[in-house]
Amino acid sequence: MTKQTTQLGADGETLVASYLKEQGAVIIARNWRIKEGEIDLVARLNGKLLFVEVKSRTSDKFGHPLEAIGPEKALRLQRLALAWIATHDQWGADYRIDCAAVHYRAGLKPIVEYRVGVL
Amino acid sequence: MALARVKSIALVGLRGEIVDIEVDISDGLPGYSLLGLPDAALLESRERVRSALQNSGALWPNKRVTVSLSPAWLHKSGSGFDLPISIALLMAQGEIPQRELGDHIFLGELALDGSVRPIRGVLPALLAAIDQGISTAIVPLANAAESRGLTAIRSIAVSHLSQVISFVEEGVIPEEVCDEVKEVSQSPFDLSEVVGQKRARFALEISAIGGHHLLLIGPPGTGKTMMAERIPSIMPPLTQAEAVEVAAIHSVAGALRDRSLDSRTPPFVSPHHTTTTTAMVGGGAHFIKPGACSMAHGGVLFIDEAPECKPGVLDSLRQPLESGLVAISRAAGTVTFPADFLLVLAANPCPCGKFNGKGRACTCSSLQIRRYLQRISGPLLDRIDIRAFVEVPTRTELAASEVGESSGVVRSRVIAARAIAAERFLNDPWTTNSQIPASHLRERFRASRDGMAFLHNELDHERLSARGYHKVMRLAWTIADRNGVTSPGLAEIESAYQLRQGVEIS
Repeated sequence: MTKQTTQLGADGETLVASYLKEQGAVIIARNWRIKEGEIDLVARLNGKLLFVEVKSRTSDKFGHPLEAIGPEKALRLQRLALAWIATHDQWGADYRIDCAAVHYRAGLKPIVEYRVGVL
Repeated sequence: MALARVKSIALVGLRGEIVDIEVDISDGLPGYSLLGLPDAALLESRERVRSALQNSGALWPNKRVTVSLSPAWLHKSGSGFDLPISIALLMAQGEIPQRELGDHIFLGELALDGSVRPIRGVLPALLAAIDQGISTAIVPLANAAESRGLTAIRSIAVSHLSQVISFVEEGVIPEEVCDEVKEVSQSPFDLSEVVGQKRARFALEISAIGGHHLLLIGPPGTGKTMMAERIPSIMPPLTQAEAVEVAAIHSVAGALRDRSLDSRTPPFVSPHHTTTTTAMVGGGAHFIKPGACSMAHGGVLFIDEAPECKPGVLDSLRQPLESGLVAISRAAGTVTFPADFLLVLAANPCPCGKFNGKGRACTCSSLQIRRYLQRISGPLLDRIDIRAFVEVPTRTELAASEVGESSGVVRSRVIAARAIAAERFLNDPWTTNSQIPASHLRERFRASRDGMAFLHNELDHERLSARGYHKVMRLAWTIADRNGVTSPGLAEIESAYQLRQGVEIS
């Protein structure tokens, strides 16, 4: 990944984090990383754990950003969420997995598209 | 509301079932699930619909799309649901306003650029739609010819998705580009081209009148195929109802291109002798296609070199010969196709083909000759009333300048004779002489006293079986109808006896 795209991803995650804060969520972790992969955002909203995958794109040339989440990636998100719960001893916690797409367009404000409970 | 519903038709054989196509768009990861037992071609609709929508200027919903085809238990196949799925998708998205389309059906495959491609089975689908009280059908322009004759349903022929969109939005009916109407195809052959062959010609005529199945035996090059090809031209033209039924079968098979829709000429189907049982009677895992015997419904099924057929292929015809129907059972369900045809078999007299007349040129052993025609099984031969020998034309016949009777002349005799028979059978469930049940034959349809005496004599000398006895009687009735005699006398019985015994085989 080039520095540019890394920066883009980080910016997107910040945008989504602030969107979640607006909704009244508390951000618990950002970029929680283990061997199997990374969770972009972990938040708590109304007692519920949210695991959020953020995809940022500057164009739809290669399809919608959320289309990049295929069945394999979805399975990994599930596993990562459970891994997080295990390491933080949150067994039995109510949780859901959300996805967010951030669309960057030159000269326009970035748009956040937030999908609840996708998996 | 992110839910929309439109209707289409799924075909099971010739029977059409209304299919409700529901599209639901919900939040979630972009994805597309298609429910309702689709086959591979139908599953691929996702990619076609997606490209077609994008290339027609509409948006693909990057959300979770669920498409449900109900009744869910019915196996659905083919690409004809592309169009209804995309219309429902557009309505669910709000790209086009929701409209109540309960009395509309949509049929059509989409190309990636959004143009609407032809599908098979449009005619039977429309007939089913009429039965179900559907008022309007949207059909591919390339299939428009199939809907032209139907007045009970309004069909709108479309060539592009955008036309369908503007029809649903504003009721704009695309101008129908009149594609050239094909000439009503007459059989391209005429019986006058057949030189000589007086006896075989007679056999063809009797076969056409009474619906008697026919076996033509003769050496190669004598014109067996030529004569068989000319049988449709001497058969009475199909009635309107029959023509629609025949066209519907050909439509399901995707073979209407070979045949004009309003053609009244009985079909002629000649499968190769290496054909499989499946090709003969019909089959297929998901989409059950009619076989050769259904394609020949209302016409002639001609099998050249019949003894060369794989064992079982010819015998698979016994059920349709008996009932006029074929029932095909597969995982997808059981389908019944009509298969009421005139069976014409052609065979060489022996493996080398030269055993005729004195048979001097023949190199086969007597055992080979005997076995050759026995490859056609007894039960099947039983159902064949006429065995005609096709002889090598003589020098004088070939040189003769006089032309044989034309198909038109023979056909008018056939039509007249059939009318006589139809009148006789007014209160009976059958219409041709070949269908008279044996019991009726013995009671109501006896021949003259001397005719019966002749038959009884043959029976006594064991030259005729009980079955043969009935067959000769049926043939005699057909000959009587042809000759304008009210009931068969000795002459008709003798003539029939010759047709029946033309060659003694089994």
